[in-house]
Amino acid sequence: MWRIESPKLIAGLTRIVRDVGLAEDLAQDALVAALEQWPESGVPAKPGAWLMATAKHRAIDRLRRDERLERKHQEIGREMEVQEGQQEGDDLLRLMFISCHPILAPEARVALTLRLLASLTTEEIARAFLVPTSTISQRIVRAKRTLTEARVPFEVPSGPELEARLSSVLQVIYLVFNEGYSATAGDDLLRAGLCEDALRLGRILAGLVPKEPEVHGLVALMEIQASRSRARVGPSGEMVLLPDQDRSRWDQLLIRRGLAALERAEQLGGALGPYALQAAIAACHARARTSAETDWSRIVALYDALAELTPSAVVELNRAVAVGMAFGPAAGLELVDALRSEPALRTYHFLPSVRGDFLAKLGRHDEARVEFERAAALTQNARERELLLDRAVASRHRDA
Amino acid sequence: MRFLLYTTGDNTQPSAPPTPQMIEEVGKFTDETRRAGILLATGGLGPSTTRVRNTGGKLAVTDGPFTETKELIGGFALIEVKSREEAIEWAKRFRKIVGDGDSLIQEVFGG
Repeated sequence: MWRIESPKLIAGLTRIVRDVGLAEDLAQDALVAALEQWPESGVPAKPGAWLMATAKHRAIDRLRRDERLERKHQEIGREMEVQEGQQEGDDLLRLMFISCHPILAPEARVALTLRLLASLTTEEIARAFLVPTSTISQRIVRAKRTLTEARVPFEVPSGPELEARLSSVLQVIYLVFNEGYSATAGDDLLRAGLCEDALRLGRILAGLVPKEPEVHGLVALMEIQASRSRARVGPSGEMVLLPDQDRSRWDQLLIRRGLAALERAEQLGGALGPYALQAAIAACHARARTSAETDWSRIVALYDALAELTPSAVVELNRAVAVGMAFGPAAGLELVDALRSEPALRTYHFLPSVRGDFLAKLGRHDEARVEFERAAALTQNARERELLLDRAVASRHRDA
Repeated sequence: MRFLLYTTGDNTQPSAPPTPQMIEEVGKFTDETRRAGILLATGGLGPSTTRVRNTGGKLAVTDGPFTETKELIGGFALIEVKSREEAIEWAKRFRKIVGDGDSLIQEVFGG
């Protein structure tokens, strides 16, 4: 019940008291009151409305001790009349924007969002992010204080500000998702649960701002990535890379949901944004029944667009892989060679690993072996190191 | 965690058709679950059931209704939530709208 009602409650109360910290306290008080009273009086027909009414009465009590009593009192009186529905959604959206406000450090945005919107406890967030509980609770306390001191308005930004603020919300959601996606088999289940939390937040956001293509793009990207979560871990907990995954283990329900979300993003018109483009790339893989059936030339085109929007060495490297798959190893190698001096990729094991792969395909086994060995020395993942060393040994034999 | 929520009942007794008001409320509820980001799939079920049974390698196909078992009737929802408690809460809310009868909840693994 708490997980269902709490975000709406905190959002509605923040609108009234203009302070997320106070709003959260009031919401907690209302829940305690419910736990005391419901066992005797029975659960009310509309539990959410009951909690909200109780919390608002408490808000009045608190504010009575406050100097701004008169004005606030009137405001709350009016608020009591306001209906649910549309208002509820607007408040939830405002709460997302305030929790992901750029005034806060990224890790504070993540903690506050999980606390207020995904209703995770401080302990749960700490366990999921592998940090002490005190770190998270301090982060949250400080974040609330910052928002109050800066008098950050509780509103949905408009005009050009909307895009920047929305992208901050999307970034927070995707950060949460990736934190969960990088969880390994030995980890706490809570960590992997972050993927579900992020997906849920994304789906809620898509319902609140259905006309924003990038929101659907992000949801599509997360649904498709999540569809592979069972296939990307092997029997002994090792990571299985995309081309080697057993595609029958992909979750077709999530793929369909992802493709539908991508379609919504495309139908809204305009050029695709970075999330929608990444989702479109993921969709190419999701549509291919076998690795060999992958539409690599479409992936190249999508990477071209992505590289233009968000230029980065990592995007270029991925593009080189796609080019190599679409147009042959020589074309791919040429692009990879151009990236060898990139400082951002100097310690990235994927660069020599890709280069080694192209060289091996071109029959240049001696050079390939050197690259596989270099990649093996750079990776942090033991299983991957093993695979790379195997390939290095294979190259040596081919060369001899 | 994923859960399958479904309703069961006695398919041999004709049930009263849902009122327009109930249909509207169920629609609103479905929309709420979608907006809450928990609904993965949902659907209504047709009235007739067919059973395929394997007895020692011999397959028998029988059309319902079956008096000996409570059949899955009405509809189902596949939801993704944090806990069984949360699934129960959603089922309670649904049950309040549709009135008397049973809703069953089972966790879905793999899938």
